[in-house]
Amino acid sequence: MTKADIRSELSKRILILDGAMGTMIQRYSLEEEDFRNDKLKDHDHPLKGNNDLLSFTRPDVIKAIHTEYLAAGADIIETNTFSGTTIAQADYRLEHMVYDINYYGAKVAREAVDEFMKKNPGSPQRYVAGAIGPTNRTASISPDVNDPGYRAVTFDELAKAYKDQAIGLLEGGADLLLVETIFDTLNSKAAIYAIMELFEETGKEVPLMVSATITDASGRTLSGQTTEAFLISVSHGPLLSVGLNCALGAKELRPYLQVLAKEAPFFVSAYPNAGLPNEFGQYDETPAQMAEQIKVFLEEGLVNILGGCCGSTPDHIRAMAEVAAKFAPRKLEEVEA
Amino acid sequence: MSYKIGKLKLSGLEPLIVDRDSIFVNIGERTNVTGSAKFLRLIKENKYEEAIEVALDQVRGGAQVIDVNMDEGMLDSEAAMVRYLNLLASEPEISRVPVMVDSSKWHVIEAGLKCIQGKGIVNSISLKAGEKEYLEQARKIKKYGAAVVVMAFDEDGQADTYDRRISICERSYRLLVDKLDFNPNDIIFDPNIFPVATGIDEHKNYALDFFRATRWIRENLPGAHVSGGVSNVSFSFRGNNTVREAMHSVFLYYAIKEGMDMGIVNPAMLEVYENIPKDLLERVEDVLLNRRDDATERLLEYADRVKGTDKVQVKDLEWRKGTVEERLTYALVKGEIEFIDADTEEARQKYVIPLKVIEGPLMAGMNVVGDLFGVGKMFLPQVVKSARVMKKSVAYLMPFLEEEKAKNGDQRNAGKILMATVKGDVHDIGKNIVGVVLACNNYDIVDIGVMVPAAKILETAIREKVDIIGLSGLITPSLDEMVTVAKEMERAGFKIPLLIGGATTSRIHTAVKIDPNYSGAVIHVLDASKGVPVASKLLSDDASEGFVKEIKAEYTQLREDYANKREDKNYVTYKEACANKYAVDWDAAKIVTPKQLGTYSLNDFSLAEIREYIDWTPFFQTWMLKGKYPKILKDPVIGVEATKLYADANALLDKVIAEKWLTAHAAYGLYPASVVNDDTVEVYTNESRTEVTKKFHFLRQQGKKGKDVPNISLADFIAPKESGKKDYIGMFAVTAGMGIEPHLERFEKDHDDYNSIMLKAIADRLAEAFAECLHAKVRREYWGYASNETLDNEELIKESYDGIRPAPGYPACPDHTEKPDLFKLLDATKTTGIILTESMAMYPASSVSGFYFASPDAKYFGLGKVAKDQVEVYANRKNMNLSTMEKWLAPNLTYDV
Repeated sequence: MTKADIRSELSKRILILDGAMGTMIQRYSLEEEDFRNDKLKDHDHPLKGNNDLLSFTRPDVIKAIHTEYLAAGADIIETNTFSGTTIAQADYRLEHMVYDINYYGAKVAREAVDEFMKKNPGSPQRYVAGAIGPTNRTASISPDVNDPGYRAVTFDELAKAYKDQAIGLLEGGADLLLVETIFDTLNSKAAIYAIMELFEETGKEVPLMVSATITDASGRTLSGQTTEAFLISVSHGPLLSVGLNCALGAKELRPYLQVLAKEAPFFVSAYPNAGLPNEFGQYDETPAQMAEQIKVFLEEGLVNILGGCCGSTPDHIRAMAEVAAKFAPRKLEEVEA
Repeated sequence: MSYKIGKLKLSGLEPLIVDRDSIFVNIGERTNVTGSAKFLRLIKENKYEEAIEVALDQVRGGAQVIDVNMDEGMLDSEAAMVRYLNLLASEPEISRVPVMVDSSKWHVIEAGLKCIQGKGIVNSISLKAGEKEYLEQARKIKKYGAAVVVMAFDEDGQADTYDRRISICERSYRLLVDKLDFNPNDIIFDPNIFPVATGIDEHKNYALDFFRATRWIRENLPGAHVSGGVSNVSFSFRGNNTVREAMHSVFLYYAIKEGMDMGIVNPAMLEVYENIPKDLLERVEDVLLNRRDDATERLLEYADRVKGTDKVQVKDLEWRKGTVEERLTYALVKGEIEFIDADTEEARQKYVIPLKVIEGPLMAGMNVVGDLFGVGKMFLPQVVKSARVMKKSVAYLMPFLEEEKAKNGDQRNAGKILMATVKGDVHDIGKNIVGVVLACNNYDIVDIGVMVPAAKILETAIREKVDIIGLSGLITPSLDEMVTVAKEMERAGFKIPLLIGGATTSRIHTAVKIDPNYSGAVIHVLDASKGVPVASKLLSDDASEGFVKEIKAEYTQLREDYANKREDKNYVTYKEACANKYAVDWDAAKIVTPKQLGTYSLNDFSLAEIREYIDWTPFFQTWMLKGKYPKILKDPVIGVEATKLYADANALLDKVIAEKWLTAHAAYGLYPASVVNDDTVEVYTNESRTEVTKKFHFLRQQGKKGKDVPNISLADFIAPKESGKKDYIGMFAVTAGMGIEPHLERFEKDHDDYNSIMLKAIADRLAEAFAECLHAKVRREYWGYASNETLDNEELIKESYDGIRPAPGYPACPDHTEKPDLFKLLDATKTTGIILTESMAMYPASSVSGFYFASPDAKYFGLGKVAKDQVEVYANRKNMNLSTMEKWLAPNLTYDV
């Protein structure tokens, strides 16, 4: 798999990214013991809810979910590694498991893709994107009200953590890296820094995708940037694509995607939530509704990569893939660099 | 211009694009310890707050980039850079612009780059120490993502001639672009601005060479930009600002013409080019362009003449100098009340007719407020303060208006809107906020309060000739009451629009349940910000009809979708649901007997103690500021407003506690209990468990569940009778709203909606906090099943403890009709003063009641929808007739009644 591969695919058609992992895992009603293996059986901290562990404690579950998404038409599946940094795993005191989380996270996704390609030899190439979440700390916002100059995490700590994660993902067989749900641009700049450094050191480059989260109707990231300011702040990275995910539903995302579509010299991705959470915190946009909403993106030619975030399921992805197949992707050369 | 100009893209919180069309980019230079003695002193004395003000002044003064430099021998420059940049990041007004990280030390630059989320500028790198170091630094800058200032400086020193300038810049450029593939648009050259008119002959061409080099760079190095520190040029004239200011602007005039597109300039040290006296202009030009041999002497001679005639600094309260219209707008936008009476009087005299003052300058000012609010540049607390200024101004005009009215008869305004909280409901914070925002927009608001029956709403609407009716409600039975009002309006032949708002209302409920009952327009209004656009469309002559049609169509579609969607959902029978209950292992369960059995009350409980338990996040939600406390206080967009609001709330809270404005009472009880018939909890008079005093009934989830996922009911968390285990249930009712009325009246009389809403919001928070506080006492002392528990407030808010306190009317037990029995058992009305309305709302509104379940298995859940088979059994158990039961459970039924 080379970089040119996915680029040429992207200029021909809209690629489909998979949907939510958490929503699918919930269907299995897993218990504490499902999150443990021999290595973890005596760990003194509860592990239930640390979904990233399932890639090696219940690889059957994770592979089944990946396979469902592939069958639904996802061209790119994301590894189950959203919280796979030492920083995020510190909550569970599992910093030492980070390599396993990423290596096995990538491996199980790799196996799902390889098996799928074997069973469906005529199918277009499918890809594994190594998912890199935002961690649970912010590099440019103080958690201490009384000391706005304080930072709970530094750029260097983040860069180290992201680099460790990227190493595990690439060694496990990820085709791409995806820095996602970016709520603080400085965190993502540390990730880009680490990844560029890793590329330099290993001499091996894979396509890099980034995706930010607009937190509310003000149209800004949590750390306060407008969409365009965010785009400018990450444009130095060797990016395949830039996009938006999570927080908002498809309808609310549109004006910000328009900004990216107009300004970005990269491919544009979007994977919104299945609507906004209802009064119980659940997402209840149906596949048909979601497909209907993303149709606007397609009609306006805003995107190259399309998928789902919180609350979306294989049914949502299938519905999106069916609609997307009828439209041409956004043209990259129309943007002035 | 003939040469190619690239786009330099920079960012703070907002983008800054420097291209062919952009004006000269002004880089603020007061936050530089080498250039500002004041800034140096502030940093040295660790007065960072004041040092931040320096940056704020610059941004307000028009700086588009902030240059930060901490290079001073006595400072830990790296630490100072990091601290300062981190503090800047928390000031959204400053951090919206990009940062220029300025240092001669690479480690300081690198530390600075690690603090900025936007794309900033490095100032600077050069070939001074050779190619290797230069390329290494540039490679890192690429990875950090920043533009870079490259000094015209090489191994042999600083470029001081035209030829050295262009040859060093060319070499520097080629290395970056060819070797590193550096984006040429991100390269900014500083070809050295040196002092002129120094008396030394070699310096005479400095300015001219800079101009020529600038032109050469822009023509020969595609994409690259040119910048420089302008004040250097006039160094020889220190102390003579008249000459310096003229030199700066003349220098910029020529440099910009040749292609310089950004620079470090102190805007206060810049004369307007057009205003430079002719003779001074000529002499300055002679010096800068090296036009005559005696240019320096002639400028010095002029300088001697004008010494000591410098201009005075501008003062605060500048806004008082504006016209009366400008002052009124300023006062409205800033919520500035100090001068409002005087300014109103001045406007009244100017406009003669008092109504013209309202229709003219006041409305114009409020329109500015409305626009800023509409685009998210003002926030609700600010708008409410603006409204206060507006009301004060109108109150001042009132006697004059009355006089005028007596002469000319009544006048109309934008429209008259009736607002009411429906029968049975006492909640009105949201309604009041919507009212304030509408009033700000010139609507006449007729607010008829809370618990208003349909008949009174209709009657008032007719009498007051209103244009719109707005209904509000917070508890679920209010949804049904709104349907009743809609039906009554239809029956009475009303045609005016009906607006629906409040926490439990929704677009879908409005579309499915209310809209079909009224042929006029029915519109759900999500929050205060939506009220004005909806009202203005409804009352506009040309837009109204289309808008109403559009909404009707949208709601019809929603109804159809809803009907279709419902068929998809799967439900199990009530019998099946009971068979799939949440299975607690009662044999193994360790049940703790409460230390105090029976009913108790706490009167006049300490508000200071309750305060410790406040969860502030919902408080900010009340004010439409979205975000978690305490993080919200530092939010880049709303942080400043949130902090102000929080300070105001605490100041008022201090007063409420010190002056005992409110009193808090509680009733609670812990009783022997067990479950019979799956979902009924029998409560016994005493531990002998022979006599049942009350029965409480719970509903069970009926949605089809996945494998091993139970259909839960709250009854699952109490031991069933047949288990033989002795279990218990607790109940409580608390209020923190006693005594609130006189204070609300006082605020309302003073047109002070801000404090009136604030006091209600605080009372609500206190009631919730009291519930949390009492629950902790019950767990740790009164029941005592968690006597070792130690949790701080944050953990309490996250509910990291055993046991739950669900409230009737909320998702786990949505049936409000369990409240009367709960109140009777606790004798709550007598001991706490809380009254239940016909819709089962508690009055005062700042009250909470519920059950205690102690089981470690107990958890909150949403009941979801229940089917008719369960409703029949449930009504039967409660001895209520089916249709009454269905009315109460309407939002939770799988079927239409």
